[in-house]
Amino acid sequence: MAAEETIQLEIAGLQKKFGDDVILDGVDLTVRKGEVVVILGSSGCGKSTLLRCINGLEPIDGGSILIDGEAITPGAKNLTRLRQKIGMVFQSYDLFPHKNILDNVTLAPIKVQKRTKEDARTEAEQLLLRVGLWEKRKAYPRELSGGQKQRVAIVRALCVNPEIMLFDEVTAALDPEMVREVLDVMLELAQGGMTMLIVTHEMGFARAVADRIVFLDEGKILENLPAEEFFTHPRTQRAKDFLQTFEFNKQ
Amino acid sequence: MQASGINVLFLGRNFARLIEGLWVTMRISLLAVLLSIPLGILLGMFMTLRHPLAKAVSRVYLEFVRIMPQLVLLFIAYFGVTRAFGWNWSADFSAVLVFTLWGTAEMGDLVRGALQSIPKHQYDSAAALGMTKWQTFAHIILPQTLRRLLPPTINLTTRMIKTTSLVVLIGITEVLKVGKQIIDVNRFAYPTASLWVYGAVFILYFLACWPISLLARTLEKRWR
Ligand SMILES: Nc1ncnc2c1ncn2[C@@H]1O[C@H](COP(=O)(O)OP(=O)(O)OP(=O)(O)O)[C@@H](O)[C@H]1O
Ligand SMILES: [Mg+2]
Repeated sequence: MAAEETIQLEIAGLQKKFGDDVILDGVDLTVRKGEVVVILGSSGCGKSTLLRCINGLEPIDGGSILIDGEAITPGAKNLTRLRQKIGMVFQSYDLFPHKNILDNVTLAPIKVQKRTKEDARTEAEQLLLRVGLWEKRKAYPRELSGGQKQRVAIVRALCVNPEIMLFDEVTAALDPEMVREVLDVMLELAQGGMTMLIVTHEMGFARAVADRIVFLDEGKILENLPAEEFFTHPRTQRAKDFLQTFEFNKQ
Repeated sequence: MQASGINVLFLGRNFARLIEGLWVTMRISLLAVLLSIPLGILLGMFMTLRHPLAKAVSRVYLEFVRIMPQLVLLFIAYFGVTRAFGWNWSADFSAVLVFTLWGTAEMGDLVRGALQSIPKHQYDSAAALGMTKWQTFAHIILPQTLRRLLPPTINLTTRMIKTTSLVVLIGITEVLKVGKQIIDVNRFAYPTASLWVYGAVFILYFLACWPISLLARTLEKRWR
């Protein structure tokens, strides 16, 4: 997958603190259109925080985040418009429990983007069909399995027609037998040319889907390499140790 | 031979008077409930503001209304205010006012609790979809809050209906007062009148509150 040259996301010198704790410390990251970047790192290194900063869910303490050249600034007027360029799926199944599946996924297109009901519905049904959940369009979230809910959450994010998708450990809370169905949807998205930023602990999947691996450690990017190179020749000891923990798990 | 006590209920307009008496309190309580719900929602939203002044003001209001027995509030509104300011509030008006003040406080606290029980990631997901604060509130938070509020609001409504019988003490003739009058008049002809009259009042209250909980159950089923 050759990435085009257009820069979709440009992060420079990003600083983020919680109180006195520096969580992200000078993060620089550029993502081009169509690129799939997987962020790896041990628990608490700041992966979720990084994704939350990217779509303005967390205020930042320094540096800049540009989407299509426009700065993401929490509280700014253009934030809701910029957020429509960014789709995000979280670890927790966070569908809206009082709305059925179709209403969940068409809410933002109708209310935020002011598209017609028919238009939003048509696109939503096509996407639900693609992830194999069209039959469930009238069901409520509580009637779905974890894997189905996560696929709906992906569709909900896609229905806003984002230019980049952020995934934060979307399979971490799933039963093992449901992980695959969600990862397959993501793999298909990646092959379709979607720009993606993925946080995951599924190493096999990371290797299969990623163009590039970013290794985060204590709020700093230690490695930023083509995927194969990272897995075969990690540069830093920290990354080697990190990969080692997964090797050990396999035995 | 002694007449059966049940006949006392159907003597003259006795039964109609009991129902009229119940309606007096029902009207006051339903009016108070209808005012308390929207006002309580606003108060509940106000209480979730992080501003310390908002917290202090709502705290004081809530504590004041809760600590004061409703009867005392009724006396203050009906006798006290009339004396002190020379305003001539009717007993009905004073009753609606006091029960609305009380209902708003209770409702506000329920709304605050329900609002705070909505998980944070519901806000995050809505924000990530590009929804504004107001859209998030209107389409995501409020509907879920209302569903959670249904059972405690019904509970509050029936509590308010029952408590409005206090208005007898500011001179409003409600169902118990009517009952007492009927019993007093018929004490000799029907020695068991009190059993029948109060029994009827019990059933009337039940019939008044029953449809409310039925409605609640229907809505709850539909919203689950
Ligand atoms: N709202 C918050 N307030 C204070 N500290 C926070 C907050 N959110 C995260 N942190 C801290 O920031 C650090 C990074 O958290 P983050 O959730 O980004 O890690 P992560 O890399 O996603 O970890 P995991 O793999 O466990 O999900 C942690 O030390 C965490 O305790
Ligand atoms: Mg995380």
